[in-house]
Amino acid sequence: MSEHYLDNSATTVTCEKAAQKALSMMTSEYGNPSSLHKKGLEAELELTHAREVIANSLFVESDEVYFTSGSTESNNTVLFGVSSAKKRNGNKIVTTAIEHSSVIEACKKLEQDGFEVVYLTPDKNGVVPPSAFEEAVDSNTILVAVMAVNNEVGSVQNLERIGKIIKRKNKDAVFHVDAVQAYGKMVLKPKKWGVDTLCVSSHKVHGPKGVGALYIKKGVRVLPLLFGGEQQKKQRPGTECAPLIASFATAVEEFDITKNREHINALNEYLVSELKKLSDITINSSIDAIPYVLNISVEGIKSETMLHHLEQDEVYVSSSSACAKGKKSYVLKAMGLSDDLIDSSLRISFSKYNDKADVDAFLESLKKGMNTLAKRK
Amino acid sequence: MKEIILIKVGEIALKGLNRRSFEDVLIKNIKHRIHSLGKFSVSVAQSTIYIEPLSVDIDLDDVCERVSQVFGIVAFSRALVCEKDMDDILQKAGDYLYDDLMDAKTFKVESKRSDKRFPLKSPEISATVGGKILEQFPHLKVDVKNPEVTVTVEVRDFGAYVRCKTLRGQGGIPVGTGGNAAILISGGIDSPVAAYMMSKRGIRLTAIHFASPPYTSERAHLKVEKLLKIVSRYSGTINMYTVPFTQIQETIRDKCPQELFTIIMRRLMMQISEIIAKEHDCTALITGESLGQVASQTIHAMSCTDEATSMLVFRPLIGMDKEEIIQISRKIGTFETSIEPYEDCCTVFTPKHPRTRPVLKFVKLAEEEAKLSELIKDAVENVKLTVINP
Repeated sequence: MSEHYLDNSATTVTCEKAAQKALSMMTSEYGNPSSLHKKGLEAELELTHAREVIANSLFVESDEVYFTSGSTESNNTVLFGVSSAKKRNGNKIVTTAIEHSSVIEACKKLEQDGFEVVYLTPDKNGVVPPSAFEEAVDSNTILVAVMAVNNEVGSVQNLERIGKIIKRKNKDAVFHVDAVQAYGKMVLKPKKWGVDTLCVSSHKVHGPKGVGALYIKKGVRVLPLLFGGEQQKKQRPGTECAPLIASFATAVEEFDITKNREHINALNEYLVSELKKLSDITINSSIDAIPYVLNISVEGIKSETMLHHLEQDEVYVSSSSACAKGKKSYVLKAMGLSDDLIDSSLRISFSKYNDKADVDAFLESLKKGMNTLAKRK
Repeated sequence: MKEIILIKVGEIALKGLNRRSFEDVLIKNIKHRIHSLGKFSVSVAQSTIYIEPLSVDIDLDDVCERVSQVFGIVAFSRALVCEKDMDDILQKAGDYLYDDLMDAKTFKVESKRSDKRFPLKSPEISATVGGKILEQFPHLKVDVKNPEVTVTVEVRDFGAYVRCKTLRGQGGIPVGTGGNAAILISGGIDSPVAAYMMSKRGIRLTAIHFASPPYTSERAHLKVEKLLKIVSRYSGTINMYTVPFTQIQETIRDKCPQELFTIIMRRLMMQISEIIAKEHDCTALITGESLGQVASQTIHAMSCTDEATSMLVFRPLIGMDKEEIIQISRKIGTFETSIEPYEDCCTVFTPKHPRTRPVLKFVKLAEEEAKLSELIKDAVENVKLTVINP
């Protein structure tokens, strides 16, 4: 029996080339990038190259890219770093109710610290209408945080429109985008969209875990979370994890948005058309969602039960966001789904390594489960 | 919606009979600068250059950024392409200008009709378009004297264009119309600015850098490459020649009076640069010197340095304060790189008390005693080329 990994929004397998790169960085170009000698320069040049690769993938300048340990750190850096830098200008933060927990939880902490946080609710498709920002953003707003693509249902926010509205309502408000689930899947143009800070993560694009990148537009002030050496212009001190960073960049050099998109579109269409033939399935992702993610509910069968059933056939999917292990999905709730649908929701998420056989294995195991598993009354 | 870029050519319009050749160079430079972004048609008519993207995936923001760096352009704008038909213009203009008009309180419409066959006269075009805008954006008021937004409608021979924002170009004259010159670049704040300023006057740049490993590091060399890369966004491709300078510097240190070290070093840099510059068709040298900034840049020291070469030397920063120079370096984007802390050849072996009033006679005597001519020949023969592209 072979493995069918359909949980790529949780994490992806590290691609061969990226893994090789990490190994070689650990065993041969292992110098400290800050060392003055050749061994140091060797590692520094790898970092410089990696920074350029990430910058090019986002159409920004290299010196606007900082490496972090991942997007939880990046989101926290921006939320706390911007709110403390701008606390004299206002105390309102605008975000959405369907952000990743690293944004939501940081916002809750900021609320305790006296900031006012507005959580905008999405429509039933998981999209926050841009007009909601028109109302929420005012002269007291210092920060607006919006995710590009939702991790549970794949809904895509209209960042270009939102960016224009924010800048029109308050040009000093910082516009932060969590682009973790969008990176490598769609073209991101933060400069064009009026985005001030944006974060991406390596392990969602076939790079290693534990590394991510944060774009901070030149001139935007984000106070650092950490204090230490001179690395990364003191914005993020600490010896750079060169192996992971270089490996991340190798993974980024490998992705081809257009080509993958066609492949994934085909898989998604096939899966949806097959699921529509089954009577007890509800599709929670909207037709406009990114094809990489499909959220469904299986009537009467608890998510976790189905998940463990699928796992017996080596089919791996997710109940809701992997970061919220077992907790009820606040994203689906915000979209207005009934408790029954939420309790029985599954997320199938693709990568370029998936093929039709994976979808077939999932469908077969799903049908078997629907026939044999005890339904809740 | 189809958009193009319209460029008003600057000073070059004043160049009389040479105008055509200036325009040709400018168009060539623009094409060269944007060709990596996709396929374009670049044409000129009625002293306006048109850049038309030939595929839909081209991002005009990127094109604008590049165009804003090309010398010879005073101002340019993005414009919406319409049919030469009032209905089409009226239908598309409101959507196209949505964000600019939403931001503004007052506006006016200006029209230019160079195609006299178009049925409406200019004032009539303005009135019709203005009326439609008022209908769509009731919060706006017309202000013909001091509007926040000026909407321009142009009806030309081959199309109609709607635009509202004029963007500033880099000014200057097209690179390549002013001959070739070699910039002596160390890696500090001044020389990249000097290079930029002379390039702005149409000069094509060659760069000469002096490296003294192990006193200077590979990182210092990479820093200079990085600086030139930024300058090349404006100037186009730069050939950088790196001169191995260690032996010469060591010899000066060993054989010449300590307080004359800097002045002799600079004279040698001039001599070597002259040889390299002439080999590569340059008519002048460029330095980032600013009068009185350091000991080697006093009027006395500079008259000694200047004597070392018969070549024309441009010193565009000569009358500027450090603050003014920094301002330009920030504007062109070299400042952050310039202040990276690596030793460069000018700071190696710096004497404690350099002579601020060196006497040429003694300087030349010291030089002769050091017997440097073989070393100069050696250095010139072992020059290394790095091609720098934006």
